[in-house]
Amino acid sequence: MLAFIIKRFVQSIVVMLVVGLIAFVMFRFVGDPVDQMVGLETSIEDRERLRETLGLNAPLPMQYWNFISSAAMGDFGTSYQFKRPVADMLGDRLPATLELALVSAIFALCAGIPMGVFTALYKDSVLTKLFQAISLVGISLPTFLIGILLIYVFSVQLQKLPSFGRGEVVDIAGWSTGLLTVSGLKALILPAITLGLFQMTLIMRLVRSEMMEILRSDFIKFARARGLTPRAVHFGHALKNTMIPVITITGLQLGSIIAFAIITETVFQWPGIGLMFLQAVQDVDVPIMAAYLLMIAFLFVFINLIVDILYVVVDPRIRIEKA
Amino acid sequence: MSMNKETDEKMSVIARVLDSDIWYSFTRSKVTMVAALVTFLIFASALFAPIISPHDPFDLASLSLMDSLLPPAWNAEGDPNYLLGTDDQGRDVLSTILYGSRISLAVGLVSVAFAAVLGITLGLVAGYMGGRVDAIIMRVADVQLSFPAILIALLIDGTVNALVGGMDRERSAFTVLVISIGLSFWVQYARTVRSSTLVERNKEYVQAARLIGLHPFLIMLRHVLPNVMGPVLVIATINLALAVITEATLSFLGVGIPGTQPSLGTMIRTGNDFLFSGEWWITFFPGAMLAALVLAVNLLGDWLRDALNPKLR
Amino acid sequence: MSDTLLGVKDLVVEFSTRRGILTAVDKVSFDLERGEVLGLVGESGAGKSITGSAIVGLIDPPGRIAAGTVHLAGQRIDNLPTEKMRHIRGDKIGMVFQDPLSSLNPLYSVAEQLVETILTHKDISKKQARDRAIELLDEVGIPAADLRIDDYPHQFSGGMRQRVVIALALCADPELIIADEPTTALDVSVQSQIVSVLKRMCSEHGASVILITHDMGVIAEAADRVAVLYSGRMAEIGPVRDVIKHPQHPYTKGLMGSIPTITQKGDRLTQIPGSMPRLTDRPPGCAFAPRCEMATSACHQSHPSEENVGTARVACHLITKMGAVA
Repeated sequence: MLAFIIKRFVQSIVVMLVVGLIAFVMFRFVGDPVDQMVGLETSIEDRERLRETLGLNAPLPMQYWNFISSAAMGDFGTSYQFKRPVADMLGDRLPATLELALVSAIFALCAGIPMGVFTALYKDSVLTKLFQAISLVGISLPTFLIGILLIYVFSVQLQKLPSFGRGEVVDIAGWSTGLLTVSGLKALILPAITLGLFQMTLIMRLVRSEMMEILRSDFIKFARARGLTPRAVHFGHALKNTMIPVITITGLQLGSIIAFAIITETVFQWPGIGLMFLQAVQDVDVPIMAAYLLMIAFLFVFINLIVDILYVVVDPRIRIEKA
Repeated sequence: MSMNKETDEKMSVIARVLDSDIWYSFTRSKVTMVAALVTFLIFASALFAPIISPHDPFDLASLSLMDSLLPPAWNAEGDPNYLLGTDDQGRDVLSTILYGSRISLAVGLVSVAFAAVLGITLGLVAGYMGGRVDAIIMRVADVQLSFPAILIALLIDGTVNALVGGMDRERSAFTVLVISIGLSFWVQYARTVRSSTLVERNKEYVQAARLIGLHPFLIMLRHVLPNVMGPVLVIATINLALAVITEATLSFLGVGIPGTQPSLGTMIRTGNDFLFSGEWWITFFPGAMLAALVLAVNLLGDWLRDALNPKLR
Repeated sequence: MSDTLLGVKDLVVEFSTRRGILTAVDKVSFDLERGEVLGLVGESGAGKSITGSAIVGLIDPPGRIAAGTVHLAGQRIDNLPTEKMRHIRGDKIGMVFQDPLSSLNPLYSVAEQLVETILTHKDISKKQARDRAIELLDEVGIPAADLRIDDYPHQFSGGMRQRVVIALALCADPELIIADEPTTALDVSVQSQIVSVLKRMCSEHGASVILITHDMGVIAEAADRVAVLYSGRMAEIGPVRDVIKHPQHPYTKGLMGSIPTITQKGDRLTQIPGSMPRLTDRPPGCAFAPRCEMATSACHQSHPSEENVGTARVACHLITKMGAVA
């Protein structure tokens, strides 16, 4: 098993390097770094000197190496637009996105798994048809439309929940959290549902189809033939086997939640890294774009690695070598 | 006499289709039939938009700011000329929806076609050539699969837009969108086709073809492709819904179709600004159209997947 | 207490599909004595597995038991409510399926699966259940049972796995064991081992066995009586020696003739022309008539009823006409 982990780790590094290359190319060649940093009046000699200082005349592989090593240490350069270190800006906005992502993931899991199990076990119930209708809506409505709809109903018409911003936040050791205030929690509700609905739908459908597939399998038939209680058959055996693919896919979804946050943050003007990235795209603020890309890639690669390891731990077929 | 034989053959094909399991399961499900009808209607209205829409929303000369922000016709302040109201530029919402869904569908269909062609080709190459080519293609596929399509599309779109600059955006938006969306969706096709190719490659007729001197690649094309069309069709249908959503999302975010010739997503973006001041129709109707289209296509895709799945029959 | 453990009478199992109602088991009747091994043979699709599943109440929609009765030790079990039937399953009737790898949950160790089953039917402590589990594994012939009990299914070889499956079926000491193609997925060398395990369980525990298979060799080795199914109907049933040596039904004759034996001289195996009719187009008369050399017009028109011929019961028009055929 150790060999497996090492192999995956090495693969992750390779992927990061490749993504780093893409980010570097973007950074270096989209727009001119020097032009972005100086005013129009700056002389050509000053520009050349700046070029030299920034290391822009060094051979490309060396520039790439500098870029990667600085990024690895947390230095992502300076924003063209805001003239602030990108790393600082990221640090400011990251808690907002992470909280949002986490809350929606929890929502998606807590709603999706039970719904999926229910629709797999009780195929003809009215509730099942309702859940399936909801799942269809969740998959079909684009995230931004759901957000707008929720805003219209709860903010414009009912005026019960805020339609933008995080509400009041509390700063704990550099991490600003909205979970500790009422207004913060209220502000979290609509965005979390918007972000989580699609994921919830996916999880529900996945659990349903996996469970239905497993309920048809031989070992379930044998379990029933042994007279095991329905609870043992459905939950002890069927559900446990369903969980493996579900864990995998859910873990992978966690990364995409963070990416989808871009949309939700736009709709709700949520001050997270997604919104920051979008503005950077519109302003062509390349350092932020590159940094965001690197960060997301890192997150994905890291999550994938964890999920792969978790998979091995959970499934004894892989964990234990054959006799 | 020969004409009768031809019509006979045609009739027997139709008869076979009507007797098939697929048609049976299609007519059994009322939901699916409604979905198919809705899809057809939207496709048709998008196709014939220039003919059936009451105004031309892209003709800047015909717009009048005096007519802007009018509510739908059944409202007291509405104008029967503009059935669903107008937006802030004076564009008729109904006409804009028709033209807008045209653009949305066009982007969707072309990008799905692009993704399919790219994916199928790469899948065939990977499956047939095996070895390092296969490994590389599949590695790229795996890595890409772990990133959500929207992110990839956004990155490509954003970067290209940054490179191209503002002026040319109007013309290039369509192409850039199609390429970015297409590039983010090719993987599923590739995987499916690759596994089919791997199965076929080892069959004896491929070896036999090699011996005869025929290029096995072409032989496999003739045999793999038919096998794979079913799953590819299912993927493509569900893909279409996703592509339309992705385009709408990108447009909503401001990096898709620009505002002068809006797609449904762009319209929603515009309308969002007016939601709080009460002009809900600018957002609602494009939103409803988008939702209806995607819902219908998804239902069709669901049905298609179940109908073509041998395990469930 | 009578010696008849299981009574199946006029059992009919139907499936409703889009092409109409298909009858998979058509008025099958047989009895099973205590301690007896009954073989149930037939081609794929003849209805043997479905008969087995019907006895334990595991026919799922769109299938159902449409008619007939099943009695176990005098008590009718085919119409029991689900929960009551569940108690009978595993406790009074044990089942063994074909593929041992897919029959076992790959995520649980053998110990966990055994203990769970034992505790479902017996009110004892976990420790006692585990001891009993080790005993069972020992009985079915797994070496070093106490060491291997915590292993996972994929760590056992095919034959060992099937023994684990048999142990699982025996957890609650059932009176009846239904073995559905227990040897089909195994290597030939392992098959006879499994058959002897089954026989031993039968004699040591006093259980009766229904042995469902298409392999006549297994039947010859293990069964006391054999029932031949064809297209959902019983063609012939009788003591194994008699049916093999003196088959009465034309289908059984064809079957026996198509099995190669070392002592048999000749250059060709008999082959029955044609194939068993699909469930969707079964002929109106005797199901075998289209393939039978000796079919008469009566054969094509009506179902034959079962008649006694010596030690066997045979369903064939020719029997009633001509009496016993040597």
